[in-house]
Amino acid sequence: MSSTETKPERLEGWNRPPVIVPDGEGELLEVAMGPHHPSTHGVFRMDLALDGERVVRLKPVFGYLHRNHEKIAEQVSYLASMPYTDRLDYICSLTNNWAYALAVEKLAAQEVPERAQYIRVILAELTRIQNHASSIGFLIQEMGASGTPLMYAFKEREKILDLFESLTGSRMMCNYMRFGGCRVDVSAAWLDATRKVVAGLPAFIDEFEALLSSNEILMARTQGVGILKPDLAVNAGVSGPMLRASGVNYDIRKVDRYGIYDRFKFRVPLGDHGDVYDRYMMRVLEMRESIVILNQALKEIPLGPIMDPKAKIRGFRPKPGEAYGRIEAPKGELGFYLVSDGGPNPYRYRVRPPSLINLTVLEDMCLGQNVADVVLIFGSVDIVLGEVDR
Amino acid sequence: MKSVEEIKAAIEAAVPGAGVEFVPNPGPAAEHSLRLAPESALAVATFLRDDADLAFDFLSNVTGIDWPDKEIAEKAKVKRQVIKTVEGVDQQLEETVEETRKRVEPGCLEAVYHLYSIAKKHGPLVLRMKTANRSDQVELPSFTPVWRSAEFQEREIFDLYGIVFRGHPDLRRLLMWDGFKDHPMRKDYVEPDDYEYEPTAHDEVLKRAQEHKSREQGSGNREQGSGIA
Repeated sequence: MSSTETKPERLEGWNRPPVIVPDGEGELLEVAMGPHHPSTHGVFRMDLALDGERVVRLKPVFGYLHRNHEKIAEQVSYLASMPYTDRLDYICSLTNNWAYALAVEKLAAQEVPERAQYIRVILAELTRIQNHASSIGFLIQEMGASGTPLMYAFKEREKILDLFESLTGSRMMCNYMRFGGCRVDVSAAWLDATRKVVAGLPAFIDEFEALLSSNEILMARTQGVGILKPDLAVNAGVSGPMLRASGVNYDIRKVDRYGIYDRFKFRVPLGDHGDVYDRYMMRVLEMRESIVILNQALKEIPLGPIMDPKAKIRGFRPKPGEAYGRIEAPKGELGFYLVSDGGPNPYRYRVRPPSLINLTVLEDMCLGQNVADVVLIFGSVDIVLGEVDR
Repeated sequence: MKSVEEIKAAIEAAVPGAGVEFVPNPGPAAEHSLRLAPESALAVATFLRDDADLAFDFLSNVTGIDWPDKEIAEKAKVKRQVIKTVEGVDQQLEETVEETRKRVEPGCLEAVYHLYSIAKKHGPLVLRMKTANRSDQVELPSFTPVWRSAEFQEREIFDLYGIVFRGHPDLRRLLMWDGFKDHPMRKDYVEPDDYEYEPTAHDEVLKRAQEHKSREQGSGNREQGSGIA
């Protein structure tokens, strides 16, 4: 078989141009990986075409968890969608809350009091730490170290979730932010407990790193695997730690300076190679920077109101217009685009899901890699299906 | 960053006959946008990405909006000659009557793009495009050849709104299954009749069963919901 010979008949149902078999030695093997594969982080399917062990095509199939979040949000009032944003990326409900509140505040020109801004930063950075910790845990799990590293990550995550629970009443579905502030005030005791947890975090990350960062198996499995070039990353709309792992200096906390992020000193870690190892490293370093932000915020948090007294809860009807608000969520750029026609519910409500858009480059990263590495590369993207399918 | 008007001027200087229209945003966010003509949109997009000053290299958000046909009722004052009998004598009087006139504003589907620049760290620039109508002329040029990030998002709009993106390399449904017929995010979307038989003899249950039966016989509505290919 010549190297350019095509096999259109095998790929009929895919509605795709035919695959070119590179070596022409064997036949292509089509594998539907998922939607119930344990490594797919939920119900997600990848249609793979394999040449031996190598991937020659990968097509993600979405929609198993689709419940048309946007349509539902367009049928209820603005505030009624707030608890539902928790269910998008259910690992980081507080940053989802913040992104939505930010967009609505932009749409209705609302102010947020000082103390509420600090609370938001503290909660968002705690969310970032627990998201990165668990995503690294899952990544190592997918490398074959079942259980133990994930439990190390979850041990620390549990402490942060306890803080969330004592403040908001729920570990994961927090429903905490409101347009123009927050739902309940933090107590001095809660702040002390948070300081205690944050003080223990560097030791946890040190331990994590001592076990993992120079681990031979981790290095062998992740270095040089799933390389993403910076120009493709930018063109494909990749955001968050994945973009920065490719060496692109773009952190929305630094660029937009939403909330009060202009007050804190922190660095933006950047990767060099854009491989799975860099993505792992980015998350470790971002956790460290989050601790830096947390220490500053916990020291400076002022007393004062947590809700804008002028904020209208009942009968909230923003003036006609539109707004796009975005934040640096742990997984990337999370944006909400809202169009108001002056009514009590949004005319158009759109979530810009970082998890979905970061998957645009999944095929590019996996082509030519071994099928065993697909699991790793996919894990290093760090997605949550609740946000991908909405 | 340049203001939206300045960007509009820059586009018109670079792409002759671009047909860019300024769309103001009346809300407090004041993110004004530019409406592109579908014929020249690809040239404009390429210019926005490649121009050294603008350098909009990052297409962040792509989404659709449905604007259904709108029936507008306007009240107009009309003067009429009326013959009235006043005290037994017929008199011709002029009377002002309010009349409601109805006209239908044709709807459209709209695609909205939010651009940022990572190189210059500015943004957002909001672009929008309109289809001619909501039924048969729903084609717009795809921006996927310019920005890869539009790939899945345009597929999602195609799926949920029904805009057909010309030049998209792989335009399939993204979230709904392939055999699905309708576009769920449209404002006039009717949910499929997913009635399940309930064997209780309550009045409301029987009423629902009756409605379901007549619908099943009346139209091919069932095909829509059970279109698993």
